Amino acid sequence: MLKLNNISITFNEGTPDEKKALDNINLELEQGDFITVIGSNGAGKSTLMNVISGNLMPDLGDVVIDGEPMLHLPEYKRSAFVGRVFQDPMAGTSPSMTIEENLAIAYSRNKKRRLRLGVTKQRKGMFKEQLKTLNIGLENRLTAKVGLLSGGERQALSLLMTTFTEPSILLLDEHTAALDPARAALITSLTEEVVRNSGLTTLMVTHNMQQALDLGNRLIMMDKGQIIFDVRGEEKSRLTIEDLLHAFKRIRGIQFEDDRVVLG
Amino acid sequence: MFISIFGAMESGIIYAIMALGVYLTFRILDFPDLTVEGSFVTGAAVAASSIVNGIPPITATILAAFAGFIAGCLTGVLHTKGKINPLLAGILMMTALYSINLRIMGQPTISLLQETTLFNQLGSLWSATGIDAFLNNILSTIGLEQLPTTWAILLVMIVITIIIKLLTDYFLKTEVGLALRAIGDNKKMVRSLSANTDLLIIFGVGISNALVATAGGLIGQLGGFADANMGLGLIVIGLASIIIGEALFSTKTIAKATLAVILGAIIYRIIVTLALRIDFMETGDMKMITAIIVIAALVIPRVLQARKENRRRQQKRAQLDQQLRGSSDA
Repeated sequence: MLKLNNISITFNEGTPDEKKALDNINLELEQGDFITVIGSNGAGKSTLMNVISGNLMPDLGDVVIDGEPMLHLPEYKRSAFVGRVFQDPMAGTSPSMTIEENLAIAYSRNKKRRLRLGVTKQRKGMFKEQLKTLNIGLENRLTAKVGLLSGGERQALSLLMTTFTEPSILLLDEHTAALDPARAALITSLTEEVVRNSGLTTLMVTHNMQQALDLGNRLIMMDKGQIIFDVRGEEKSRLTIEDLLHAFKRIRGIQFEDDRVVLG
Repeated sequence: MFISIFGAMESGIIYAIMALGVYLTFRILDFPDLTVEGSFVTGAAVAASSIVNGIPPITATILAAFAGFIAGCLTGVLHTKGKINPLLAGILMMTALYSINLRIMGQPTISLLQETTLFNQLGSLWSATGIDAFLNNILSTIGLEQLPTTWAILLVMIVITIIIKLLTDYFLKTEVGLALRAIGDNKKMVRSLSANTDLLIIFGVGISNALVATAGGLIGQLGGFADANMGLGLIVIGLASIIIGEALFSTKTIAKATLAVILGAIIYRIIVTLALRIDFMETGDMKMITAIIVIAALVIPRVLQARKENRRRQQKRAQLDQQLRGSSDA
């Protein structure tokens, strides 16, 4: 499915600000895996996401999706394979366009865009069905401008726009972090449902340890550009926040310094 | 008076095609493109020198559009591949086009007065239809003394401009068009949904300049000359049309917005014509009038809105006051 081989990337090489953002990362995801990624600020989580999505070019290593090498593909071509929901609810939608137009743009993700109407009667029906699964009444507001939606609604729409064309890899980049607790819980449960129903191979970065424990079948912890902890299946389901903090202290010999991770 | 307004509407409807082009870059792509000041002239230059060299006017006009498309694409390439700021990319292209236009024409000005233009051809076809006589009859019965020599240009240009508008509306609703519109809003999202933003921008700026060059080619044929300096200040005219249109008409949907731009272009021409009729105004004052119109169209709606808000707030306060007084009395 997704394979990362020996990925390394260094920022500001040769200057006093030199920083090894990713240090020889190897990661393999099976079809249908749902991996949660935690780690303190600067651990390399976002860099990892950017390398997979094609936003950043690693200095060394390969990204392979569905057996195809990805590194030579520009970001827009790679996004036919990789779907991504951003932290900022504004980032995933076009505010001046309607809900149906946004969905139409997303619908063309893995097809060739042509000079034919983007929103047809038939597609409208399909969009409606898809929006119903979100259960927040957006199916009755197809022609409403997306700019009028709340942050939570926009994030739910982004999630749908990213997933309903079933990308090979789904990247969730702290996609609930900018929402209030109620909305965040809604998006979290939607995420769980969508991933369960579609069986998408998913990589989710989160600052919330509880969320990382509740969701997915595998958890990895990153620190200083390395994967320092990797648990899956049965073992992961028994894990607690305490366990994670202990594991971190055992491996790194220091306390986990980021309160936000624990409390968030 | 009537004749000059009639003339304003004639050129206004042609300038509307240019305004649609500027709308595509300014509003849809959020790309303030100054190439238009050059590509408008390129359109006129290509059309004029083609006609002088014996190419049929209709082909000459299509060639003009094509030349504009290329110029726009080049600006798009400068911005997307050369990573040059949009404003600067446009200025560079506009500057280069000045020399290119002179090369195309071989001289600073080409006169078309002795040549057959699209509008001459139209006129001779038209006079057989008898529509002129019919419409002028109506006008003279309502007491107008000066009558337009031909209605052909106005009516045919209205049809052509409407066709271009409908094509633009349709294009902006296609899969490609939707992605193009999202670029002005959220480039990151468009890229994450697997659309080639660079190619879309290049294509979009190309189409925009094709429209502008078409207008240039037509204005050249209408006025009977192409001149290297005829594009001066054109961007402000385009903006004025858009801003007037948006201030006066609804822009809720794409179809309404493009109609607003077209009407804005015509109204702009009429305002300028009327302003120039004031005694102490000279032709040279036109640019200043344009600037004042744009400033007015930008400021007045905002002032009105603020006053409306203020009044609403005061009313609400008065109401609350009354309620409080009412309850304390009781």
